[in-house]
Amino acid sequence: MKELKIFDNPRNVKILLIVFFSCLAILLVTDIFIDKHGDFPWEDKFAFFCAYGFISCVVLVFVAVGLRWLVKREEDYYDE
Amino acid sequence: MTSSFPPAMIFILGALLIPLLKGKIKSLFILLLPLVTFYIIINLPHGNSGTFDVGGFTVILNRVDKLSLLFGYIFAIVTFIGSLYAFHVKEDVQHISALIYAGGALGVTFAGDVFSLYIFWEIMTVASTFLILARKTKKSSAAAYRYVLVHIVGGLCLLAGILLYVHERGTIEFAFIGLKGLSAWLIFIGIAINAAVPPMHAWLQDAYPEATVTGIIFLSALTTKSAIYLMARTFPGAELLIYVGAAMTAFPIFFAMIENDQRRVLCYSMINQIGFMLVGIGIGTDLSLNGTVAHAFTDILFKALLFMSVGAVIHRTGKSKCTELGGLYKTMPITTAFCIIGAASISAFPLFSGFVSKSMIVSAVGHHKLVIVWLILQFASAGVLHHAGIKIPFFTFFGHDSGLRPKEAPWNMLVAMGIAAFGCIFIGCFPGVLYNLLPWAVDYVPYTPAHIVGQLQLLMFAILAFTLLTLSGLYPPDIRTINLDTDWFYRKGARVFYKVTDWGFNNFNTVADRIFIGGITRRVNIFAQAGIANAINIGITPVLVVSGFNKESRDSIRKVIKRALSYSIYPVGLITIPVVIYLCLMFLL
Repeated sequence: MKELKIFDNPRNVKILLIVFFSCLAILLVTDIFIDKHGDFPWEDKFAFFCAYGFISCVVLVFVAVGLRWLVKREEDYYDE
Repeated sequence: MTSSFPPAMIFILGALLIPLLKGKIKSLFILLLPLVTFYIIINLPHGNSGTFDVGGFTVILNRVDKLSLLFGYIFAIVTFIGSLYAFHVKEDVQHISALIYAGGALGVTFAGDVFSLYIFWEIMTVASTFLILARKTKKSSAAAYRYVLVHIVGGLCLLAGILLYVHERGTIEFAFIGLKGLSAWLIFIGIAINAAVPPMHAWLQDAYPEATVTGIIFLSALTTKSAIYLMARTFPGAELLIYVGAAMTAFPIFFAMIENDQRRVLCYSMINQIGFMLVGIGIGTDLSLNGTVAHAFTDILFKALLFMSVGAVIHRTGKSKCTELGGLYKTMPITTAFCIIGAASISAFPLFSGFVSKSMIVSAVGHHKLVIVWLILQFASAGVLHHAGIKIPFFTFFGHDSGLRPKEAPWNMLVAMGIAAFGCIFIGCFPGVLYNLLPWAVDYVPYTPAHIVGQLQLLMFAILAFTLLTLSGLYPPDIRTINLDTDWFYRKGARVFYKVTDWGFNNFNTVADRIFIGGITRRVNIFAQAGIANAINIGITPVLVVSGFNKESRDSIRKVIKRALSYSIYPVGLITIPVVIYLCLMFLL
């Protein structure tokens, strides 16, 4: 069976990351030129959504780790 | 067949014909049913039709307006997609229950009265249970049992509400009900259980992942979305739904983050998306309600697509856990591409369907200046990207190489996924087509520069957080565990209840045994056996003494009497003695 191995090559992963970080840079630069009329004043601040998206996910991950500690059980927990 | 033939009945009657057909004709017939139904829905006359009188009430099978039509369209479309996806399935019971289930959903959608609504509602419950049972594992049987119990409770709430409603209002017709009075609350709770409103949400992530690979496509589309339709019809503007919905968008994303089973991750994602829809219903404006309806439409498509892509992996590998999967893009590239399209749609990337529907709800929240709710929805939007947008495709098709090299999905699954993927992109690129079908006239433009850039910033920087956390090793690895949810209360609670009742009733039984069987009954028995003998012996003693019997003779006579009575042998003479004594006593007293 024919296999795709595009991400086995570290170079391709590197290219992907470069493209990704370039997109982030473009989004930050574009932010300056956009005419914003948000429903809330903070929407119009520079890079508000960038910060909110980033912080949200960091908070999400760490809270989820805490939640896992609280609710985690063995896979056969209900089978006993 | 007239144009006002109830669309639900095509599925239900058609399903009953399936056992009579064989081979390819049966498969084609199953595919044809949703197409015929779709055609009939398109040609339904607006207004009420399919009406008849029962006991002085008018049953309305077809209440046709833009709201019911849009749900009718998507239910027929997803039934076609699901049937194509299940084209290879040989078991009739799966096809029959899926079609009857879809018929129930259409029946609920077009019902203009509470009686037919309730009947179709219960048809959905029963038929959908078979899609879980059809997995034929011990786990699926137990999950199906819990599923049907929860839905019976919901159905009974709805029934109680309906009976009170009819009693109060004197009609079985319904439209806007409003959250006021006991009947309304009971109906609300009945619908809310199907909409997976917390704390009554756990049935969804408990039962759906145990369903068959093909059955879950129908399950993900019909029960919760028909509940959303009913909520939008009966309780628009119920403020409670704004806060309930906001909570629903947020809490499942934490559970989804730490869940190992991919289909369970998607179930949490379903609750999250339903949360957005309920917020739209709670606000109750034309824009927000349109947003809810549009989002239900797009959600059915992209959620079906995600479940189909994960289902194709289960079909090929038998595995659904993150810890067991990874690197499957190598041999399943087309499924991978479809999964990414579904992930992009649910994450609401521009040019994908979620973007044009979810943003209507978020905009409506913004217009109402609901600050906290708006912040929660934005947080949830970033969270959706994390668990559904990244976790599903990344840990299944990329991530660490599991060493699995399954074949690409079968052709019917690929075509079904292709249709759903096309729908996701088409709606994302040409939202006007969907907007024209929406119930209320609203001039909404999703593609403004600020909106596109803002949304892309939110999503791309959320991906940045994932990337940095993964590269730094801070991202929590998936582990082989399960996580507790509110189903704990009835899964463990039921055992505690069993143990308490077992202990209580058994002890009660022991005490009752000691008092009644060992105590009173034993004494009555002893009395019945020895009492009469003693009475006779006491009564006969003076006679024997007078008659001149010595002590030994008297004792031997007494023994004979006692033995005779212990075997229940009652010589007439012996019985006569106590009778005479009794009569003498009666005479003297």
